[in-house]
Amino acid sequence: MTGALLAATGAVSNLAATGATPAGHATVPDIITFVVCAALVLAGAIGVVTSRNPVHAALSLVLTLVGIAVLFVEQSADFLAVVQVIVYAGAIVVLFLFVIMFLGVDRRERIRVEPLKGQRPLALLLVVLSLGAIIALAVNANWVTGAHAVAGSTTGGGQTNVYLLGKSVFTTYLFAFEATAALLVIAVVGAVFLARRPTGPESDEPDTGELDEPDELEPSPPVLSVEPPAPAEPVEQPAEPVEVRQ
Amino acid sequence: MSLAPGWYLGLAAVLFSIGALGLMVRRNVLIMFMCIELMLNAANLTFVTFSRMLGDIGGQAVVFFVLVVAAAEVVVGLGIVVAIFRRRRTTTADDLHVLKG
Repeated sequence: MTGALLAATGAVSNLAATGATPAGHATVPDIITFVVCAALVLAGAIGVVTSRNPVHAALSLVLTLVGIAVLFVEQSADFLAVVQVIVYAGAIVVLFLFVIMFLGVDRRERIRVEPLKGQRPLALLLVVLSLGAIIALAVNANWVTGAHAVAGSTTGGGQTNVYLLGKSVFTTYLFAFEATAALLVIAVVGAVFLARRPTGPESDEPDTGELDEPDELEPSPPVLSVEPPAPAEPVEQPAEPVEVRQ
Repeated sequence: MSLAPGWYLGLAAVLFSIGALGLMVRRNVLIMFMCIELMLNAANLTFVTFSRMLGDIGGQAVVFFVLVVAAAEVVVGLGIVVAIFRRRRTTTADDLHVLKG
């Protein structure tokens, strides 16, 4: 195993030294796959930026994510492609759609008006400039750094991609892995705390009426309108965030 | 084999630019989050491309961690959006100027 790793590392460094890229011969299916996926990715990205309905933007985001996943497969990053589809398309976009539906903001937005004068031309100019800078840098820079693989080769020992990635994550990047576990726990706690209904006397004007009871029972609007004492009643109608649809 | 890495890098650069443009132009907070996801995906594609180009699995490990961080970021961000919407009935970034000095 170690010998194979070393051999692969040596091959890679030889490759880097000669300046050649590993992509020797791209066959016609490869080119077709890349072109189709690039079109999917770009169409989805443009759809996200230009669509007026947030639901359409979320669906365009799915298009982009699936295209990226196929590009991952084509670059033999199989595990990441699967994770991309599961985590992004399966969890994150669903979370987006859930929030959009929950807030009831799934209506068309007026994107023709431009409240900040000159914002869009300036943004476009900035983006075109930075894109040009990136491309100029990529064309002119000397990519051959002679760097060796420090975390293991992508093709070492004839092992699968999942084996290699798992070994790398659980040995070289073990601390980062544990830190992500802590990060996820913190994120969950933070999200729960943020999404709670404010309960203190410092809460703002819409929430004044219902401070006493409904803290622990995950308040649902119809129950709430029955429970609180008498002074709460005039204030209560604007207090349900779910029903405001205008 | 797949194509030369330059194609992937160029695609990632264009994708990143589109995401950055959307982040600067759009005013709906949810769509701004989606544009951040676009930019993160462009960076992921770059990482995977360099991982193949240099034969180093570390690039793919970094993408793994970026996925985790993106998930956490979206969870907290959408929690903030829900909390803001409860107070101000809007998801437009222009209306969130209470922090103005």
